[in-house]
Amino acid sequence: MEAGALSVRGDRSVLGRSPLSRLPDRALKWGLTGLAAGILVLIGYFFVRLYIEANPAFSRFGFFGFAFGNDWNVSANHYGALPLLVGTIVTSAVALVIGVPVAVATALFVTEMCPRRLRSPLTAMVELLAAVPSVVYGLWGFFFLIPKLRPAEQWFADTFSFLPFVGGHVAGPNYFIAGLILAIMIVPIVSAISREVVATVPSDHKEAALALGATRWEMIRMAVLPYSRAGISGASMLGLGRAIGETIAVTIVIGNAPNIGKQLFDQGYTLAAVIANEFGEAASTPIHRAALIAAGLVLFVLTLLVNLAARYFVVRGTHGRRPTPELVATAGEGAG
Amino acid sequence: MSALAPVSPRRRRTDLLARGLLAVGTLLALVPLVLVLYYVAKKGLGTWSWSFFTTDPTGNFLGSPGGIKSAILGTIEIVALATAIAVPLGIGVALYLVEYGRESRFAAVVRYFVDVMTGVPSIVFGLFIYITLILSGGVGGFAGWKGSLALALLMLPIVTRSAEVVLTLVPDSLREAALALGAPRWRVVGRIVLPTALPGLVTGSLLAIARAAGETAPLLFTSTLALATTLNLGTQMNSLPAVIFADVGQAQDRLVRVAWGAALTLVLMILVLTTLARLISRRSRFA
Repeated sequence: MEAGALSVRGDRSVLGRSPLSRLPDRALKWGLTGLAAGILVLIGYFFVRLYIEANPAFSRFGFFGFAFGNDWNVSANHYGALPLLVGTIVTSAVALVIGVPVAVATALFVTEMCPRRLRSPLTAMVELLAAVPSVVYGLWGFFFLIPKLRPAEQWFADTFSFLPFVGGHVAGPNYFIAGLILAIMIVPIVSAISREVVATVPSDHKEAALALGATRWEMIRMAVLPYSRAGISGASMLGLGRAIGETIAVTIVIGNAPNIGKQLFDQGYTLAAVIANEFGEAASTPIHRAALIAAGLVLFVLTLLVNLAARYFVVRGTHGRRPTPELVATAGEGAG
Repeated sequence: MSALAPVSPRRRRTDLLARGLLAVGTLLALVPLVLVLYYVAKKGLGTWSWSFFTTDPTGNFLGSPGGIKSAILGTIEIVALATAIAVPLGIGVALYLVEYGRESRFAAVVRYFVDVMTGVPSIVFGLFIYITLILSGGVGGFAGWKGSLALALLMLPIVTRSAEVVLTLVPDSLREAALALGAPRWRVVGRIVLPTALPGLVTGSLLAIARAAGETAPLLFTSTLALATTLNLGTQMNSLPAVIFADVGQAQDRLVRVAWGAALTLVLMILVLTTLARLISRRSRFA
């Protein structure tokens, strides 16, 4: 149909395209390349701007003074982010301790044990956990979880007071509740990626184990888990990255007290929560604003490091296999 | 006849125990889902009424707190603009990665940084937009479109990565056939690659939209809160997540009731989107 445009001029062959008709091709190629380059520029620009805006806080308190200073005092205009850092670490640790075993159990159950017909409904239900917005988890945590769990927490604190960081008065909103909510929120991503990883275990390995007389659990322990260890570590680290950056649900249920709690059931604060909570009032005080942006920068770098490590493990753990579209699409909302 | 030694009772017990634990773990994962959905439905349905959806919040200190009309419309407007920005850009970058960049070093770097973006906490995106568009003062204060930009940043890597995977699934033989017939590259992309991948692209975009619709943190200091319904994305704008967050903070029963009603609305909106995404992806599984 375009034969008319393909007249021969000069040394161009009949099959060659005229320079004009090649223009859209070039435009598309360079347009798309430019777009991709734009993403890189954007990320670089944001990082630099974030650093510049945070700099007043760093130059006033020093980087280490800011990151590890144990005094976040808005009224005295003194900002040391250690209480927030501790809160972030404690809540994320609780989330991992509770969330990862549950998520891995779910992944193993769905791939290795449950009847085929149950597989996709179970998967879909675990993924629904990721569809619930953060703020709704916060709302539910505040009005349901906190009052319902308080007696159980108090009993635990009294009974196991010999353990470190347990015992004493249980505050309503506390580290544990925040960690529990985070655990619920990371289960879908950890379980989705673990499921992908477990699915890559060659059936030869599994059949060999069964043929040697292994029980189902022994097969899982000896063939499935060793093969997928790296991938499951990666999945947990992605979950950790999630937990560190999660803001709104934590802000609602952690109590927002800028001190280092003495025990698991004390009120606390996290890096993300402090930004969400104090930004409104901070707009008028430059140093407060800089301190919050600096907290954002610390958060950014922290999640970056965790995600880089996670990426390394996941790529190794899936043995180069391409992920399914939904897994990537949801980037933590589960896989199909 | 059997040459195999029977499984010892101890091993059998361990096996049963371990399998039981895995099943219990799976049940534990589903408990919060049931509890959250049940509780939100129970509390939320009680607050629903015709006027809840057709009136704006009053903002009065006493008396009726009003409905959530402005929040629903605000969420739709903000997310629609974010989608209009993020989906074309994200698919464009994915097209570059699949059609042109492929295994080149530059493509690997882009892929890497898109992955980095997936891991950035949503509140940090809010901070970015606040710093660049509000703090610097050039383009005014809080505005709905700035919230859209923050959400678009959040959606961009999700759209890109899902689109990339879907585009790679388009068989190379289709591209080669079209090229062999003399079609230029841009027509191959427009007529062959994109239409073939369309359902997958829609699924990825819908999931990204569902994710963005529930985000509160990027909106807190970009579009913030408002009472009245507005179609002007240049002003402060109400949104469902922001309303819920603000109302939880007020220890007033009448506001908490609004929060529950808004939460149910938001959850249902997101469930519809994810279910739709699922149906579309199930109906088309080429490869």
